Amino acid sequence: MEQLATYHRRRQALYGWLLVSPALILLTLFALSPTVATFWASLHSRGTIRRPSAFSGWDNYADLIADPSFATVVGNNLLYAGVTIPASIVIALAMALWANAKIPLRGVVRGAFFTPTMLPMIAAANIWLFFYTPGLGVIDAVTGLFGLPPVNWLGQPQTALWAVIVVTVWKEAGFFMIFYLAALQTIPPDLREAAAVEGAGRITYTRRVLLPLLMPTTAFIFINALINSVKLIDHLFILTKGGPNNASKLVLYWVWEMAFAYFDAPRAAAMTVLVLLVLGLIAVFQFRVLDRRIHYR
Amino acid sequence: MSKPPFIRLDGVSKSWGGNRGVERVDLAIDEGEFVVLLGPSGCGKSTTLRMIAGLETPDTGRVVIAGRDMTAEPPAARGLSMVFQSYALFPHLTVADNITFGLSVRRVPRRERQDALAKAVSLTGLTGLEGRKPAALSGGQRQRVALARAIVAGHPICLMDEPLSNLDAKLRHAVRQEIRALQRELGMTVVYVTHDQTEAMGMADRVVLMNGGRVEQADTPDALYLHPDTAFVATFLGSPPMVLMPAESVPERLLPPGTPRDDLAGLDIGIRPEAISLAEPAPHRHRATVRDAEFLGAETLVYLTTGTGEAIARLPGRLTIRAGEPVGIDWAPGAATLFERATGKRLSLPPREHRHAEAGASHGGSAPPRAMGATGHPPHFQTETLP
Repeated sequence: MEQLATYHRRRQALYGWLLVSPALILLTLFALSPTVATFWASLHSRGTIRRPSAFSGWDNYADLIADPSFATVVGNNLLYAGVTIPASIVIALAMALWANAKIPLRGVVRGAFFTPTMLPMIAAANIWLFFYTPGLGVIDAVTGLFGLPPVNWLGQPQTALWAVIVVTVWKEAGFFMIFYLAALQTIPPDLREAAAVEGAGRITYTRRVLLPLLMPTTAFIFINALINSVKLIDHLFILTKGGPNNASKLVLYWVWEMAFAYFDAPRAAAMTVLVLLVLGLIAVFQFRVLDRRIHYR
Repeated sequence: MSKPPFIRLDGVSKSWGGNRGVERVDLAIDEGEFVVLLGPSGCGKSTTLRMIAGLETPDTGRVVIAGRDMTAEPPAARGLSMVFQSYALFPHLTVADNITFGLSVRRVPRRERQDALAKAVSLTGLTGLEGRKPAALSGGQRQRVALARAIVAGHPICLMDEPLSNLDAKLRHAVRQEIRALQRELGMTVVYVTHDQTEAMGMADRVVLMNGGRVEQADTPDALYLHPDTAFVATFLGSPPMVLMPAESVPERLLPPGTPRDDLAGLDIGIRPEAISLAEPAPHRHRATVRDAEFLGAETLVYLTTGTGEAIARLPGRLTIRAGEPVGIDWAPGAATLFERATGKRLSLPPREHRHAEAGASHGGSAPPRAMGATGHPPHFQTETLP
């Protein structure tokens, strides 16, 4: 009898492992092992023909942090994230509220908002490159009408990062709007009427009913925007290549540069590990703290 | 009726692209009255309620509440609360926060809010559930939360839009009585929309029966049942509804006293199923054949086929009757009502003491189109013999 029970238990356990295995294999192959390999690489010196790679401990990290570019690039990325995330969320929400209202040409408005999302980032960057072209671009053509001098938006350190930020917000807001639009359509119109009868105006309704009910969507969008603020660097290749003087260089672009332009893979690996660490901490914060405050239906 | 009405609709109309609207509705509701707007779906009852609430703006006409013209005022300025069919509870707020939502929006001090909450919670029997979210409540409890939210602010008017339609039948009956008791206790003026006539008959001080965007008749439940102004009212109320037959097909003896005998062609005679009795076929009785019989416990419904159509008789107790059996149907002539077939209006409106002066529809109280020949007849031919 006991043998039979053991047999059944083992069968169940095997069944469980079989169910888990596809995900386990894929994650190990494409997420876990590269992470470990990267970490391993970050602990070794750069190998050349004369001097093969050797274990160097935290040297790569020390070098990295000592590099003046590190502070610039991290600062750039913090500013980039700090502006693009809230800006694209707020604009997406505003557009969704507008596109959800009963307005004429609603389909056209929604389509217009969504168009940037459908473009590949490289194509969008090329369009904006034309907008930003000093003297000839759309922006200078418009400002020229008012007699303002042409500005090299992408070519000067003070404006380069902001020009990149504008492109990112323009690209992302439409995408996030779709999520807000979907969420708004699940909110019954009765709630607005009930709030109106109870004396809540448009602003009170938005603040006390609409926004709380949209919090799950906002959390989802926030995470997406956060990920994009680290991983979305396609447009940098077209617009600025991180310049001038590192003014618009973001972390991942820097990693790419170190690994494939300067062939310093260990330092790139060290930087990657740091990025993973920060993202991991944010994920923990999200699950532990934010999720408790959000009402999921 | 010396006091002016508390809520008054003056010729209120609303339409959307020409259909499914409300046409020139006049309505006067007294303070503390429980008025039910009743009618089939699409008759405009909900629209009428929403115009009182201020959730819709009428195309024409005025909405007057407590003597003030509120036509253009937002819902919050009208001093009313509303219970929605879906309850419209805020899913992210607890029961307590849902109930006090309006109070906190209006910045009522916390202390007052707590007192009002405690009172509303105990009145609606929600004690102990204050911390829950709506998703963790049963349908009946959610309904109570909606009710508590409606009474917590102490508004004199409460509008209810089919508040019981999402409850099961048993619960509905209990809540019906609770709502009525609550309304009496708090002295609220309630305007209640339903398509369920038992709800209307059971709860209302006055029923406003609507059809096609107009008020067919507005009166007390018993007056509505006993003295329907139109064939629509007669056939809408009552289950089974009033039986209508062409007047000329009926033996003369069964016509109500005072019927103009010379011109029966355009008239229908209406009899309540419970006023019909069955007997052996005879020349002085209306001839019919039994089609089917349903025994319902306290009563039996007998489905009949007459020469001109169908009829239903509602007889007490249990009957042994076979399908296909020829019968004679009979009723007290005074229990019958005559309607003009073309207009659906009741022929001759005898003066009745308990009709509300301004309660009628735009056309409800109009004079009968055909003058009765004999005025020496008893003032009305519907005797109050009905149960």
